[in-house]
Amino acid sequence: MSPAIDYSALVETRPDGSRRLELAVEGITCAACIGDIERGLATVPGLDRARLNYTNRRLAADWTAPQFDPGAIVARLAELGYKAHPFEASREEARDEAEMRFLLRCLAVSGFAAMNIMLFSVSVWSGNVSDITPETRDLFHWISALIALPAAAYAGQPFFRNALRALRNRSMTMDVPISLGVCLALGMSLYETIHSAEHAYFDSAVMLLFFLLLGRVLDQVMRRKTRAVAGNLLALRGETAVVLGEDGQARETPVKGVRPGDRVLVRPGDRVAVDGEVISGASEVDASLVTGETAREPVGPGSLVYAGTVNVSGALTVRVTAAAEGTLLQEVNRLVETAAGARSRYLRLADRAARIYSPVVHVTALATAIGWLAAGAGLHAAIITAIAVLIITCPCALALAVPATQVVASGGLFRAGVLLQSGEAIERLAACDTVVFDKTGTLTTPDPRIVNRAELDPGLLALAARLALSSRHPLASALAAEARGQRPFEGATETPGQGVSAVVEGEPARLGSAAFCGAEAQAQTVLGASPDATVICFAHGARRAVILMRQVLRPDAVAVVAELKRAGYELAILSGDREEPVARVAAQLGVENWRAGLKPAEKIAALDEFAARGRRVLMVGDGLNDAPALAAAHASISPVTAAHLAQASADALFLGDRLAPVVDAARLSRRAVAIMRQNLWIAVIYNVVAVPLAIAGFVTPLIAAGAMSGSSIIVTLNALRARLGSRPTPSPETAPSAALPPHRPATLAP
Amino acid sequence: MNVLVYLLPIALGLGFLGLVGFLWALKSGQYDDLDGAAARILDDDDIRKPGL
Repeated sequence: MSPAIDYSALVETRPDGSRRLELAVEGITCAACIGDIERGLATVPGLDRARLNYTNRRLAADWTAPQFDPGAIVARLAELGYKAHPFEASREEARDEAEMRFLLRCLAVSGFAAMNIMLFSVSVWSGNVSDITPETRDLFHWISALIALPAAAYAGQPFFRNALRALRNRSMTMDVPISLGVCLALGMSLYETIHSAEHAYFDSAVMLLFFLLLGRVLDQVMRRKTRAVAGNLLALRGETAVVLGEDGQARETPVKGVRPGDRVLVRPGDRVAVDGEVISGASEVDASLVTGETAREPVGPGSLVYAGTVNVSGALTVRVTAAAEGTLLQEVNRLVETAAGARSRYLRLADRAARIYSPVVHVTALATAIGWLAAGAGLHAAIITAIAVLIITCPCALALAVPATQVVASGGLFRAGVLLQSGEAIERLAACDTVVFDKTGTLTTPDPRIVNRAELDPGLLALAARLALSSRHPLASALAAEARGQRPFEGATETPGQGVSAVVEGEPARLGSAAFCGAEAQAQTVLGASPDATVICFAHGARRAVILMRQVLRPDAVAVVAELKRAGYELAILSGDREEPVARVAAQLGVENWRAGLKPAEKIAALDEFAARGRRVLMVGDGLNDAPALAAAHASISPVTAAHLAQASADALFLGDRLAPVVDAARLSRRAVAIMRQNLWIAVIYNVVAVPLAIAGFVTPLIAAGAMSGSSIIVTLNALRARLGSRPTPSPETAPSAALPPHRPATLAP
Repeated sequence: MNVLVYLLPIALGLGFLGLVGFLWALKSGQYDDLDGAAARILDDDDIRKPGL
């Protein structure tokens, strides 16, 4: 049994003295899981309360007893069949949360004010054409002012703050004309109210704020969603490392708590959780997640190992190092930083629209005032008309056009199994015309699958699979997936680095290395035919089975590549693996343009060649060695099994074994961007119609209110169309959840 | 028009109640888990079968 895990670093002490641990829970597939988990945890002694947030798949567990061990929660969840990982909300996430609540409060205040002022405005408008007395109208205007001024002062804060900041930096954002428009409209209305005029624009000013805040809230929803995805993934991968203390005692610690200089024990079959130097032990490591190389690499004292590699055969003691000068990790980090800097120069569609918008509006308003003065109108009339222009051009529809589409489209992508890590990713994904794949773990499955199934005795294979349930070796886990719904054999014992053994049907059964099972001869024969594969042997009594395992193509890789070709994408494979396996995969898929043995910098260079030809590349990759390319490409997607740094560099992640989400992402994002453009054009057309009316001085508060809400509603309805055409996920097996998908049986041949 | 004297406060008061209600709901975390709330309503676990 593994030593107890020390969660103390992640437990939060709350003001009332109780303690709380937040966990990201993996394996939640339907709403029934809520009850399962909460009822299941009710039986944990000492735990006061556990509440699952179904939206973001997180569990908050509260307790007061100081001696309570939070490990009991994780253990109970494991019994229930859910994997849970303690979780620490990042500071950005907490800040986003606070911002969201503030925006919602502003939205509520402006909504309340807009509705109530509208109550008076409608009365005034209908009274103006019938029999309202000037006294009643003044009363209504004053009450409107009484509601509008404090409401706008509160709800306008997000805009006023940003506008002030922009002015201080001598830059121009959409917030400047918005703030100016709102303030002038309120000021003018107050002036008119004092002078008992017929029209006041309180309703317009507050409604403007309401619609604009709606856009901001949607934007924030999007940001929060993407941030939660990233945060959960971080926690779900949240490995632990076995740290050897001064006294030689092993203690399992979350990787966060491991410091450079610590000694870490890496058991055979473990994924190495840290970067470091081997001090003792000898083993082979599988570095496919790091370099894309599928062949094993022998390591011994003095060798460097990287987080993400899998320790295959022997136990290693590793001294943790920070990313040292000259190592692969350091180079990858440097390349990622450079590439990410280049990407941040991308200008979002909405920002591009805003950049044109602000000067045009200000010039038009100013020209209107000057024009009316020149035409001999009074100062009062000229200013009122100019303010009406500012009100009518205020970018309600523009502010909703992009965020509303983004939120709807990200929902569609989520159903297709794609999790976005940033909102603007949709725009960049849509612009791509070339798809570049990494091979290992991207076109192929991330873990090895059985390839010689046809040659194996099915009964023997079933026994082997059931025995594999008792092993924690990575090869065994792929085999164990065959044993769907079965229980492990009782009394099975694992010999680290060798295999598992048990007594089955009265005869000894062994699963593991060829030597462990006494099947060296057979293994040699099988391996001789395919040297890049690995074998796992099984012995039951006198019977022997040699199971050949290799990373195989994802089940729908051929179909996906064909579909992308049909859609007119240029395709390429850039791999860090040796030439032979890459050539084989490229031939299977029918991709002519492939390169093998590439280092991270060479992958970037290859992408630059595409860029030089004017192509926009969508990079699909999973390895640490892909991270710089993922950051450098115009857009990028990683499978959810990717290395940390690769995930962090990618715009989106896709779930499951299938590659189809990549096609869906490309298709849905193109559609979403088309809708965004439509929306922006709707906003432009609206202005083309409304602005001349405003300049001519025909706009009354009634027209302003109708035009504003009309255009906003049209844009929102149009955005909802982004929901159509998202293909529903075909089977529950590949249903997306914010958690990692459960292990699925391999029923595929290369 | 004297009817306005009590109609206006009533209208504004109702709207204000709605605002306070929303802010209270927001503060008490009722918007934190929208998908979960949709599922929890179907959970009839609080109805205990007799004898249990």
